[in-house]
Formats: sequence, C-alpha cells, structure tokens
Amino acid sequence: MWRYVAKRTAHAFFVMWLVATTVFVGLRSVPGGPVRAMLGQEATPEAVASLRAELGLNDPLYVQYVDWFASMLTGDFGRSITSSESVGQLIASAAPRTISIAALAVTLGLAIAIPAGIIGATRRNQSADYVATLGAFVGISLPAFFVGILLAIVFGVWLGWFPVVGYTPLSEGVIPWLRGIILPSIAVGLPYAAGVTRMMRSSLIETLNEQYMRTAVAKGVTSRTRLYKHALQNALIPVVTIAGIQLALILGGSVTVEIVFGIQGLGRVLVNSILERNYPVTQMTILLVAGIFVFMNLLVDIMYTAIDPRIRYGGEEA
Amino acid sequence: MSNTEDDQPDFARYEGEFGAGEVPVEYEIEDTIEEHASTAERIVSTLKRDKLAFLGALVVVAFVLTAIFAPYVAPHGPEQQFGFMQEPLSESTGDFNGDGQQETVTHYLGTDSFGYDILTRIIYGAQISLLVAFATVAFAFTIGTALGTTAGFYGGKLDSIIMRGIDFIWAFPTIILGVGVIAVLGGLGWLNVVIAIGIAFIDDFARIVRGEVLSIREEEYITAAEAVGMSDSRIMLREILPNAVSPIIVQATLMIPLAILGEAALSFLGLGVKPTTPTWGLLISDGRQFISQAWWISVMPGLAIMTVVLAFNTLGDGLRDALDISEQEVN
Repeated sequence: MWRYVAKRTAHAFFVMWLVATTVFVGLRSVPGGPVRAMLGQEATPEAVASLRAELGLNDPLYVQYVDWFASMLTGDFGRSITSSESVGQLIASAAPRTISIAALAVTLGLAIAIPAGIIGATRRNQSADYVATLGAFVGISLPAFFVGILLAIVFGVWLGWFPVVGYTPLSEGVIPWLRGIILPSIAVGLPYAAGVTRMMRSSLIETLNEQYMRTAVAKGVTSRTRLYKHALQNALIPVVTIAGIQLALILGGSVTVEIVFGIQGLGRVLVNSILERNYPVTQMTILLVAGIFVFMNLLVDIMYTAIDPRIRYGGEEA
Repeated sequence: MSNTEDDQPDFARYEGEFGAGEVPVEYEIEDTIEEHASTAERIVSTLKRDKLAFLGALVVVAFVLTAIFAPYVAPHGPEQQFGFMQEPLSESTGDFNGDGQQETVTHYLGTDSFGYDILTRIIYGAQISLLVAFATVAFAFTIGTALGTTAGFYGGKLDSIIMRGIDFIWAFPTIILGVGVIAVLGGLGWLNVVIAIGIAFIDDFARIVRGEVLSIREEEYITAAEAVGMSDSRIMLREILPNAVSPIIVQATLMIPLAILGEAALSFLGLGVKPTTPTWGLLISDGRQFISQAWWISVMPGLAIMTVVLAFNTLGDGLRDALDISEQEVN
C-alpha cells in the first residue's frame, strides 16, 4: 500500500512540475512577451526595457526558469504589478475564501448526492426515483453562476435571508461566515451533487444486480445490512472517482460564483489579473488552483486504497 | 463526417430469404445470424421510442434553426432600444418600423438595462452559442480522435507519451484551463474561445477513442487488413474508426452542452467573445448588477442556456442507450 501511495504522490508532484513548466513557457510565449502584454502595444521602448530588466527577462531562459523555480520553492511568488501587494499576500487572503466555498460545497453536495443516489437505486422506477433522477438531470444542465444568481434573487433580494455580496472571515464567528458562503456553496455544490447522484444511482443499481447480493438474500442477511454492508461499499468505488474528478466542477464553479457574490477569492483574483494583464498573479493563481485539484485527487486515490483492498494488495490499474 | 452505409454492412437483411425486404417476424426469432441495425437506424428507432430524447432532439433542432435564422426569427433588431428594464410581457408603443405610424409591441421576456428586447438578444446570442459549441467539439474531436487513434494503434512509447499529455490536460479544471489559455492567447475572438474550451475536451475524446482502438485492433479483420498490406493510415481511417463511431457520436453529443456551458462561463467572466456581442453568458453578467430591480435580465438568458443544455443532454442520454454504451465508457 505504501508503495502505491508513494508512487501516486510522486506522480502528483510530476504533474505539478509539468503544470508549472507549462505555465512558465506559456506566459513567455505570449505574442510580444509578457512585458508587451502587460504594458500594451503603445508602450515606449524605454519602459519595455526597464520592465524587462526588472523582471529578469534579459537572462537566458534556463536561468529565468531556475530562478523562478528557486524563488517559488523559498516562498517568494513575486509581486503584483497593479498593486503593491506581493503575490503571496494576495493569494493568502483569497485562498481561504475559495477553500471555504469549495469545502462547504463538497460537503453539501455529497450530503445531497449520496442519499439521493441510494433512494434512486433502491426505489427504482418509483416516484422518489423520478424526482432524484430528474433533479440530477436538471442539475447537470445548470451553470453554477446561474444557480448563484437565482439563489441571490430568491434568498438574497426577495426573502432577504442571506447577504448578496461579500464574505466574512471565519475569525469573526462561525455563523456570519456560514451566512456569507452558504449561497455560493449551494450554487457550486448543486451541479456537483447532480453529477455524483447519477453515478451513485447507476453504480448502486449495478451492484444490487450482482450475484453476491442474491447470495446475501439467500443467506438471510437483512435488507439493511445487505444495502449498507454489502452493496454500498462496492458501489462507492466508482463514485469516489467521479467525486474526485468532479472537483474540477467545484473549482471551476467557484471562479464564476465568486463573481456573482462579489467575493474576492482565487477565481476573482485570477480573472481580474488576466483582465489587468497582471502576469505574476495569473501564473501563481493558475498554479495554485491546479495544485489544489491535483492534490485533492491524490487524496481521493489514497482513499481508494482504504475502500478497495484490491489496490492495496498490488493489483494496480494498467 | 461518418458514412453510415459502410458503417456496418447489413448482410443479414440484404441476403435474407425474402430478398432485400423485411423478414417476417416468425422467421426472425429462429434466425441464428445476429441482426445488427445500422447506427442511423438505431438512432431513429430510439427517437421514436424515447419520448424525452425526441423532445430533446426537437429543442436542439429548434435551437439550431433559431440561431441560423436569427435575423428573421427575432422580433426586433439587436440594437433597437426601448424603455429600460421593462417587465416581461410589458408593451412599448411607438414608431418602430419607421412607417410613420404608432404601433404597440410586446416584450415577452422584458427589456434590459440598455432597453434592448431580451428575447431578441437571446435569439442573437444563440448564434455565438451554436457556433462556439459546434466548433469547439469539432476541434476537440479532430485532435482527440487523432491522438487517441495513434496512441491506441501504435501502443508502446508513443502511447505512453500521448497519454501522459492527456493526463496533463485532465489535471486542469475546464474553466481554469480555458481562462489560462485566454491569458496566453489574449482572448476576445471566437476562435480563441473555441481553442480555450476545446483543449480541455481533447482528453475525453482521446481516452474513449484509444479504448475503442485497443479493442478493435485485436479483431481479425485488422489482422486481415495488415496481411493484405494496407497502410497504417488506411487501416486506422477505413477499418478502425468507422467501427468506433458510436461512442464518439455519443461523446460529441454530450460534449456540446458542456461547450455551451464553458462558453457561457467564459463570457460571463468577461473573457469570451467580444464584450459587445450579445452572448448568453454576457447577458447574464450584464443583468447581475440589476438583480434587485430587474431579475428577468439575468434569469431569462439563464433559462435559455438551461433549456438548450438540458435538450442536448436528453438527446445524448437517449443516444447512449440506443447505441448501448455504458455510462462508465462515456460520461
């Protein structure tokens, strides 16, 4: 098992290194280079030259690459161009917001999806199943930012239960923090829940049709034990994969939903940095978001070994 | 793109006892030759049987026609202005067609903060949605299929290099990848949007095609084709791909709604096609600041996105069932 975990971890680091390198090369291959992009096409040659020198762009590419990597590893992420803040500070203030939304969204999403999937599978073709299936189907067709706007209109404007704009840090109390992120989290979590519900339902239906489920009935195992001990454990394996891959939906959704609710999270920072051509911020935010995704999936992979002993005992996927 | 005729030759039917026609039902049961309907036939029969998929197909057709004939369908011109933020079903009176007479027009979905008729803007917005969605899927389809076929056919080193790259694309959430590509390409312009969203979809096509190719490669007719000295490219294009077409069609149908959502999200963020072009995402974004005064400005285009995406999803699901592809294979 530890060999598997080590191998997976190494792979995650390899992917992150690839991502970092691609971002590095990508942003330097912008037509005219990052300086032109930052200063615009009308910039004077002097301004271009001085900014190039300041950013170290006159060094050979491999020197820049090594420098960039070394400074990143020591925690120096560069400076924002449009404000005096360092990129590190900017991200440190934005990341908790995005992570709060994402964490609550995943929690809510799974809390809806797993029961809904079980109901759909165990009461197949009954009205409860239709509600769950239809709900999930509509859910995967909704963009998170539209759900966000609907929630803001109904619960923010019409009912006035939750704030429509802004974020309160956790340090100012759990309730204000929750009030601020509940609507964004639902908006991000609903499309996620929809995807997981569909997987949960189809996977559980498949498991319930297995031979060993019939054996369990024959042995006289109660239906409750059959469902929770025999079926669910096996049905959860593909669900965990989807729940991990769909985290992309959470992170992507969070980018747009932060804009709906005016929350200065990673998504908003990223989009603003692109619109302002603030390259140091862009590259670090992309790297961070990709990093969160890669390492969450690493975590999912490791969780796998707990659920599926076949992986623990060396049976690795081809 | 696919020629359904040489897709799956229908020997059983054409060489049947009763000639090139129907085989009577009572004989069909005893028929030991497995009868395969062609891909097109299976799609048609599904649409006849599956009411939801049929409804989805109808909405898809309506959407495509609306987008193509937008100038004829739209009640007003895209730049024609009326009163600001009029409610849905409200009316405007004035001389709108320049014939010197007063007429009354109804704004079925209301007007926005600039006084544009929302229904009109949504209809024009369908053009961008359609264009970007189809172009994106075509882009991802072409590159993904080429990579997947090459990887699956040659295997070995080439396979692992290509699949590493595919894993790498997968490591990015679609929107983040799209936003990153826009940051590099400079964004603004439909082709950039197509590339930005399309790159994220390459891996889905490549994986599916590779899987199909791996299993088809082992078939005897491929060995036969190799034995008669067919070139690799001919084997891939003429022998393998036509037999892998079903999952690709389903995948493409299910990717179109994702592309629509991706485009909407990018233009909602202000990183999509030009900010002056009315796209659905941009319409929602324009209405966002007015949700307390005029909820319909954002909600109406959002409902349009939802309807079209839902229609494509129902159609895709129906096709998946029709072509008998497991949910694990394509999703």
